[in-house]
Amino acid sequence: MESPSRHPAGSPDVKHRRGDAAAMYGKGLRTLSVSAVIAMAVALGLVFFYAPLEAEQGFLQKIFYVHVPLAIVALCGFVLGGLLAIQHLRTRDPRWDMRSYVVIHMSLIFALGTLITGSIWAKGSWGHWWVWSEPTLVSFLIIFLLYATYQPLRFAIEDPERQARYASVFAITAGAFVPLNYIAVNLSTAYVHPRVFSNTSNLPAPMALTFLVSLAAMALLFATLCKYELTAKHARAQVRALRRRLAADSADAPVRAPRSAAPALHHVAPARAAGRSAL
Amino acid sequence: MSELLEAQPRKTAPSALPRRATGLAPTVLALLRKELLVELRTLESVPGMSLFALSTFVVFHFALQRGSVEGDEAAGILWVTLLFAAILGVNRLFVADEDQGGFDAFLLAPVDRSALFVAKALALLAYLVVLELVAVPAFALLLLGPTLGPALPGLAATLALGDLGVAAIGTLVAALAVRTRARDLLGPLLALPLFVPIVIGGARAISPLLVQAHRTGPAARWLLTLGLYDLVFGLIAYAVFDFLLED
Repeated sequence: MESPSRHPAGSPDVKHRRGDAAAMYGKGLRTLSVSAVIAMAVALGLVFFYAPLEAEQGFLQKIFYVHVPLAIVALCGFVLGGLLAIQHLRTRDPRWDMRSYVVIHMSLIFALGTLITGSIWAKGSWGHWWVWSEPTLVSFLIIFLLYATYQPLRFAIEDPERQARYASVFAITAGAFVPLNYIAVNLSTAYVHPRVFSNTSNLPAPMALTFLVSLAAMALLFATLCKYELTAKHARAQVRALRRRLAADSADAPVRAPRSAAPALHHVAPARAAGRSAL
Repeated sequence: MSELLEAQPRKTAPSALPRRATGLAPTVLALLRKELLVELRTLESVPGMSLFALSTFVVFHFALQRGSVEGDEAAGILWVTLLFAAILGVNRLFVADEDQGGFDAFLLAPVDRSALFVAKALALLAYLVVLELVAVPAFALLLLGPTLGPALPGLAATLALGDLGVAAIGTLVAALAVRTRARDLLGPLLALPLFVPIVIGGARAISPLLVQAHRTGPAARWLLTLGLYDLVFGLIAYAVFDFLLED
């Protein structure tokens, strides 16, 4: 976990700029990781040793402390991805697109986790791997199917600027779709199964506390993973820029980045940056 | 940096000209007229959509092994058929503009870009109405058990509300997908999940209409759901559409 703040010296101006960027991405990563690990440990401890066994479902109900926080964090992540995309379209700063991409990417993984844990819970309590009467699960499937096209959409557009713009339009539309879809699916479900916990207010206090700690831990985990991905992408962009500079020094062979669905930060190699910034 | 340099002339040029030389309504009307004229001369979308709907009914007849359907099944078959036929239209909506330089010509004109969205959505709406004028009687003839007559007002209201949403979403999705390499694939993949709330509201609204006995009107709450979804998605699509047309 090397902080990317150490890199070869360029001109003072460039060094300053890159120092800023490195501080933005690398700073606080260690603190965040440590607090996420501690929070997860505390949450799991509470889940297994503090929260009482639920009367009807017994041990199985403990998946609630994983499933529901995953779902809430993923939903918030999708909406956050839309908000970051609005910021990208307003400022045209590719870094907002990068953040939006990372948040959506991570939410997609969390959504998959929600689907899997929900499926396990459904099998345990109702005997079926999939139930259409559970609105959270059904709306997650629809949202998951929609967001599964996010990366293919990006991948199908070659021009990076247009890719970022179209992805932002998608992220805003889909981000607004998330709550609408949730409402529509909830309306359509006639509550065939009595829901165990519709909200936290009817939980006994120890369960509510455990749930809230689990939620906080999951949110921290999400933030940490996003930060890791951003830092990794940033470091990779720097390495690529430096490699390009090396290649330019030896021969005029440009190092072409492989085409990808992920947005790439375009660092200009120091020597060129000085020349270009004059433009 | 290079994007900035390219963007420079684009940014200054429109401000030198009056940005809205013509209002939104005349532009929309002109674009809509062009759209319908092209469709009338080429007949690329609507006949294909209608034929597709008819073939789908035949396929449903054999797949379900039923001579007639009613209630929930009838509502489901009708919506699935109409949506899949609509997707054919959505896929073709911007293809001519992309292939033959219509986008560039439109961007050169000093008009509001949202006009293109409104005009295309209205054109798609018109295609959908024509499609339903063919598909609904055909459905009544081929598959529907109960008589269509008494159900018609409620059905028309529900389909109209559904069409508004399909037109707004379809236009946005078509514009998103048309300039990608996998446009035929991405269009339906993007559109279907976004259509799900329309199917939820639409199918529940029309299924009590398509029964033999105890026919009731569409529940107001489903029509309201459809209307709200149309409104919200119409506004979202209108707001973000401009960003798809910048190069």
